[in-house]
Amino acid sequence: MILVWLIGILMGGGTAALVLGQWNKTIPRWIALVTVLTGFLLILIFWMDQYQTIDEHSADVWLIDFKRDWILSFGISFHLAIDGLSLLLLVLTGFLGILAVLCSWKEITERTGFYYFNLLWILVGVSGVFMAMDLFLFYFFWEVMLIPMYFLIGIWGSENRIYAAYKFFIFTQASGLLMLLAILGLYFIHGQNTGIYTFNYFELLGTVIPSGTGLWLMMGFFVAFAVKLPVFPFHTWLPDAHSEAPTAGSLILAGLLLKTGAYGLLRFVIPLFPVAAAQMALPAMILGVIGIVYGAVLAYSQTDLKRLVAFTSVSHMGFVLTGIFAFNELAFQGVVMQLVTHAISTGALFIMAGMIKERLHTRDINQMGGLWSRMPKMGAIGLLFAMASLGLPGLGNFIAEFLILLGAFKVSIWITVIATLGLIFSAVYSLRIVQKIFWGPQDGYGNIRDFSLREILVMTVLTLSIVGLGLYPQPVIDTASPAIHKLVLLLEADKSNIGKEIKYQESYVR
Amino acid sequence: MNNLLWLIPALPLAGFLILVAAGKHLSNKLVALTGVGSISLAAVVTIIVGFNFLSSPPEGGAYAQTLWTWMDVAGFSPKIALSLDSLSLVFIFVITFIGSLIHIYSAGFMAADKDYSRFFACMNLFVFSMLVLVLADNLLLMYLGWEGVGLCSYLLIGFWYENPANGYAARKAFVITRIGDTAMALGLFTIYYQFGTLVMSEITATAPSVWQSNSSIATVTALLLLAGGMGKSAQLPLQTWLPDAMAGPSPVSALIHAATMVTAGVYLIARMHVLFELSATAQMIVAVVGAVTLLVAGFSALTQYDIKRVLAYSTISQIGYMFLALGVGAWTAAIFHFMAHAFFKALLFLAAGAIIEALGHEHSMFKMGGLKDKMPVVFWTFLIGAASLSALPLVSAGFYSKDQILWYAWASDKGSPLLWLTAFLGAFTTAAYTTRMMILTFLGDSKTGIGHHPGKLMTIPLIVLAFFSVVAGFIELPHNFGHFTLFSDLLHGVLPSTVLRADESSEWKFQLLAFVATFGGIYLVFIYYYREPYKIERLRESPSFQWLYRFWHGGWGFDRLFDLVFVTPFVFLAKINKRDVVDRFYEGIASVTNHLYRLLSATQTGSLRWYIMGMVIGAIIILGLQIML
Repeated sequence: MILVWLIGILMGGGTAALVLGQWNKTIPRWIALVTVLTGFLLILIFWMDQYQTIDEHSADVWLIDFKRDWILSFGISFHLAIDGLSLLLLVLTGFLGILAVLCSWKEITERTGFYYFNLLWILVGVSGVFMAMDLFLFYFFWEVMLIPMYFLIGIWGSENRIYAAYKFFIFTQASGLLMLLAILGLYFIHGQNTGIYTFNYFELLGTVIPSGTGLWLMMGFFVAFAVKLPVFPFHTWLPDAHSEAPTAGSLILAGLLLKTGAYGLLRFVIPLFPVAAAQMALPAMILGVIGIVYGAVLAYSQTDLKRLVAFTSVSHMGFVLTGIFAFNELAFQGVVMQLVTHAISTGALFIMAGMIKERLHTRDINQMGGLWSRMPKMGAIGLLFAMASLGLPGLGNFIAEFLILLGAFKVSIWITVIATLGLIFSAVYSLRIVQKIFWGPQDGYGNIRDFSLREILVMTVLTLSIVGLGLYPQPVIDTASPAIHKLVLLLEADKSNIGKEIKYQESYVR
Repeated sequence: MNNLLWLIPALPLAGFLILVAAGKHLSNKLVALTGVGSISLAAVVTIIVGFNFLSSPPEGGAYAQTLWTWMDVAGFSPKIALSLDSLSLVFIFVITFIGSLIHIYSAGFMAADKDYSRFFACMNLFVFSMLVLVLADNLLLMYLGWEGVGLCSYLLIGFWYENPANGYAARKAFVITRIGDTAMALGLFTIYYQFGTLVMSEITATAPSVWQSNSSIATVTALLLLAGGMGKSAQLPLQTWLPDAMAGPSPVSALIHAATMVTAGVYLIARMHVLFELSATAQMIVAVVGAVTLLVAGFSALTQYDIKRVLAYSTISQIGYMFLALGVGAWTAAIFHFMAHAFFKALLFLAAGAIIEALGHEHSMFKMGGLKDKMPVVFWTFLIGAASLSALPLVSAGFYSKDQILWYAWASDKGSPLLWLTAFLGAFTTAAYTTRMMILTFLGDSKTGIGHHPGKLMTIPLIVLAFFSVVAGFIELPHNFGHFTLFSDLLHGVLPSTVLRADESSEWKFQLLAFVATFGGIYLVFIYYYREPYKIERLRESPSFQWLYRFWHGGWGFDRLFDLVFVTPFVFLAKINKRDVVDRFYEGIASVTNHLYRLLSATQTGSLRWYIMGMVIGAIIILGLQIML
């Protein structure tokens, strides 16, 4: 029931912000803040409550399961359930939701009601994606994320916002349609096999699919998630969307929307199509590695700060893809860590880019320099997150990347060797950020102030999280571990079943 | 006393945290008190713990303290755990003791700087990271310290960040060492899958039974670790960052780029010596890298103008000696030279800093001169440091440590005449460039006026370091001269002793040759630069000499080579692809769609004639197709 509450609160808060925003411009942000705080506390308390027992009942990884019939005749139900992996991502959603509201506080002055409506409805979509266990419902939430984000970029973005919003919409919509086709394909195959037509994830799990078709269906899902993640060569929407979106938009894009892609791969692609996913493993890892290197080199060449950070996301998400398709526990846990820590570190960099833009009215790093002496607090924090981004040990991102590389090393030494190039290139672009923005001679800026109290609060929370995760990541690891274990077991069971593939096909023919 | 161990790194960390949180609000005095105090307290705790360690040696030769489990994933469970054995004891002693002297010096040296608290914060963080590096009980935690010192090195090289050149020097240092670090990370992965653990004592205990001697996996792993060491310790070909790193304040060069961080590679190889012993190839490569480096850097030192760059190349060269010692299996000799070098090179850097400061930030030795009488304390202490560096026989620490290395380069079972010859030539070069530096700086006519003299805060550390630059040598004496082996006895719990192929009775001949090298170098430079300077003037006129001079001065062209092979292509590729070639493909699709839409919309003219035309043509085509098919 708590899941329904969570969705309900966010939906209600969003709608209330829209309605009350007609009367007063400042009310919506307070409504939004209260809403996200409530949502976050709700899920946080649930986590605390479950944390002690989470590792023990590993046979049943599902913490909550809520199911009501929706459209019976098509086998569609309103089915929400979460395991440790979804729980972590929901906590992350609440956390970034609060930050998103806080960093929009002063930035958004136009049509505030509609703005916070969109912001909260994106969170509805994201949360829904992380808990929907009905493929139709999942697709519904997938689309709910998309449209408010389109408005967010298109209305409150900067100069080139319309282009960026279109591009974002077309990329995600087109790939989403492929996923819809794949969902329908799965639905009908399962129906023909068993006579039960259902979108229920748990029922579809064991679907027997002929291997050729399986590969195509898997590709439908894979492409949708790959565009979201984003995987090279589907990444080109990301720099435009990130750089044109308002700060909160970039934060949510990088922190949450990209994560839905990784979540989708872990939740749907591997469990629904283990055989096809195994066939896809090597190409996917290679794409991941290309993403790591390509993203890093492009990040180095950018002069627009937000574009630069956007390309670092491409690079970091390359690690995620490589880790997912390494198919072992170390790499999977590294991926989960990467999802959480990348959200924090890249989120922090985007927030900082927003703060700098507020002060200097530019995103061009060639026009910055010497900001350390003017804003030492921001300098220190900026340095910290640049270090997080290059994977300095002691910060959360290091754990993530180390585990992913360690896991990948077991599968392919050469892929790992190329992936480690990412560690060198990330140093090159991260230090370029520090050099161009904070170091160097300072030019005649007007009066610029260091952090305000609100900004200090946001940055302190982010700093404590990234350092905490770097020194003691165990809460995240433990929470995700039952779900990860199950995934590993599934893959191992499947390995021993490869010989039985022919039998699958026969049963389908029959 | 075992449970005090965590305090040693924790104190500098606390100092760092206080300075970061409140540094802006503290007076300079309180900042200095926090910065210096935290390191000095750590030194005191080190002495207490060290005393306990020596008086009641722990079982197994190491104190261990586990703080918490860092992470636990699928059996991979590195811990935040400290371990103290005699090897790390030597290191933490040097780090905290020399570290606190340098901090005291800095309190005076940096007094006028506006970023006083930022300086001490970074220095404290550095000492913390360095202590973690040498106290870590597993390779992953060591890697944390390893990268942590890299960060601090970066921050302190670029301390005066408003000059972009300093920033680029800092970035160069970080990126080049990161290349080594990344190779080392691959080494860690290999080790984990080979041994199932990253705990160093477990690895060294099981390695000989898991790996066959001279197996390729042993060689590859050892070489990956060596690459990490080469980056941090500025060994060929990853040495180019260190001369540029002199952009940082002098105490930074003394602490980080002479005494401690740059010897991390020596520590790593000594710590993992079992892996290197399992691969004769890898160990030989260590020796060759060291030998080549010490000679290459020595010649470069001979041609520098900037006093700090002389010292930087000298540091590279001296660490080359340590690598050579490690490579020939003279483990304790390498550590002995590390300790002696830490004392005299820190001293030289601090004294050089005092000179540079007094002359109004003048770095060029050719603009110094005549400082012997003007700055007597600095002169005498510098002289002692220089004597130790050039291994002046009998009265300097450098003599005892370097003499050992020279002897083992010949006499060890892994030594060879060629290695000895390089080390011998290196000793000659060392004496030569040191003498050149002394003459140019202190003798002759004064060329720049002195601003202000260094205060007590700066001179007292010099005197203390000068004292140790002499006496540190007496704790390990050659067998034919006292035969006192306190230092190597201490370390033999961790490091094996060297196997000799030559007869010990011939050692005196090599000592005599070492005498010749040192005095030969001093004498030659004395003639050319002081007694008969017209000789060097005449030499300068020959074009081949000029070419050689420039070649050595520019560090043997390594920078230009790397620029040509790596940096320029990378930057070029990044620049031309700034707008992302992949996006051009999607834009192509978009523009094709756009054109098609224009074409189609052009048919929508609203004119009835056109529509009727279109229908007629369509009807004809359809009918025509039907008839044809």
